[in-house]
Amino acid sequence: MITADRKPFEEIKASVTGYDKIIVLGCETCVAICQAGGEKEAEILASELRLAFGNEGKKVEVNDLHVIRQCDDEFMADPAFLEKVKAADVILSIACGVGVQHACNFFNRTITEKPTRVIPGLNTTFMGANIDVGLWEERCLGCGDCVLERTGGICPITRCAKSLLNGPCGGSSGGKCEINPDTDCAWHLIIERLEVMGELDRIKPVEMYKDWRPSHSGGPRKRVREDLRL
Amino acid sequence: MKSGSNLEKLLEKGEFVVTGELGPPKGTDVEAVKQKAGMLKGNVDAVNITDNQTAIVRMSSIATSKILVDEGLEPTMQMVARDRNRLAMMSDLFGAVALGIKNMLCLSGDHQTFGNHPEAKNVFDIDSIQMIRMVKDMRDEHKVICGDEIEGEFKMFIGAASNPFADPFQYRVHRLAKKVEAGVDFIQTQCIYDMKRFKEFMKQVVDMGLHEKCKILAGVTPLKSVGMARYMAANVSGIIIPEEIIERLKGAGKGNVAAEGIKILCEQIQEVREIEGIAGIHLMAIEWEHRVHEIVEMAGLLPRPKP
Repeated sequence: MITADRKPFEEIKASVTGYDKIIVLGCETCVAICQAGGEKEAEILASELRLAFGNEGKKVEVNDLHVIRQCDDEFMADPAFLEKVKAADVILSIACGVGVQHACNFFNRTITEKPTRVIPGLNTTFMGANIDVGLWEERCLGCGDCVLERTGGICPITRCAKSLLNGPCGGSSGGKCEINPDTDCAWHLIIERLEVMGELDRIKPVEMYKDWRPSHSGGPRKRVREDLRL
Repeated sequence: MKSGSNLEKLLEKGEFVVTGELGPPKGTDVEAVKQKAGMLKGNVDAVNITDNQTAIVRMSSIATSKILVDEGLEPTMQMVARDRNRLAMMSDLFGAVALGIKNMLCLSGDHQTFGNHPEAKNVFDIDSIQMIRMVKDMRDEHKVICGDEIEGEFKMFIGAASNPFADPFQYRVHRLAKKVEAGVDFIQTQCIYDMKRFKEFMKQVVDMGLHEKCKILAGVTPLKSVGMARYMAANVSGIIIPEEIIERLKGAGKGNVAAEGIKILCEQIQEVREIEGIAGIHLMAIEWEHRVHEIVEMAGLLPRPKP
């Protein structure tokens, strides 16, 4: 899933100060599962903003709404929902960066009477897994050319701080990465895993230069499935 | 000859070589480089010029190397994968050859979080092992990565590092084997203090015949103080300093620790000379260039041979 953290409250508050009608817009998919931007978080943030502006004697209307996914038109097309969006001065989206941009684009395509202002309430962090209660870790950088079949199912591009393909580097110590004793050395994990599987020979040949074109280095990416296009 | 460098010729002749190290200044102080170079001249066969070591911004390794060439010393230009993509590396290598640099060292590089610009974006387009292959292909195939021909001569003696003290220990020799497969000519190891582990490592190296495919220089660093030893043991990743060495430094008493450190170093040099597969030492006297002459002399390594 895509994970995110809520921005500091003061930063959020500053970004919506000056608007009279605010909608906090939650997203019920990834960011709801990682408890950063779902329905519940939208409600809480709206209450906090009401309280903060109320304490300052400001008359600000803050409501919360949520959709299943802000990264897909079909979940935001409900006319009653769009009427509410139209009535607001600002939409504080607590979706990931994809959702914020897509909602902004969708609202401005759909609501023609006036421009819709959409600003982010989260910092989008990574594509990761829920490792334990309250713990998420990054697992994929979306490099576009998966190497997991030869690295024991552990991604060195993502989990090695230097994205080494022929690791581990000289900073690997006691199974931990040189940059942080709380971070596992990905190559240590890879070696251990391949050893158990009896496949250590897989990483003996030199892994040659990676083609970064399928990654973001090739520019913003687009996926086209002609068979699905109308 | 791969580059015809002093270092290559001496290693080919079977001389026990001594390489030194020089950290460029955090600025433009050419005189500081010349001063350090002067202390190393005649005492070492080649000098590693570090490349923004520990991710702290310094005069570039290529420019500093050129100053050494002009001073009549032979540089080994270090290059890290942290700061350059493949285009910048190859372009800098053309420049290095054009400026008379004949040795280089391929490194991944310390992560930028250690340095003075932890906010920086790193590169790591290719890793140190791929860098070795890249330089080898530039030299032997006369081609850049994409296959385009190189205009003009390209000669380079290719080095890399090996850290027998990092983990997982049993895999370390295989990583060295990959560097050999990639085409490395010489290896300089991380500073050795844990001699037992180093000997175990070298036995694996010799068993695999890697010492016959590349020249291995044992890395040594004098311990200047008990504080430095403790700091390195605790904070420098991939360095193991046995407690008995720290105890020995402490036992030397006030005012005698540095001398004891040099004594320990000379003993270490004698010990590594006895190890099969060791072709020389890489003396990293960090900010102690003024004592290199004394160390090399005490270790019985002067005068340096002529190639």
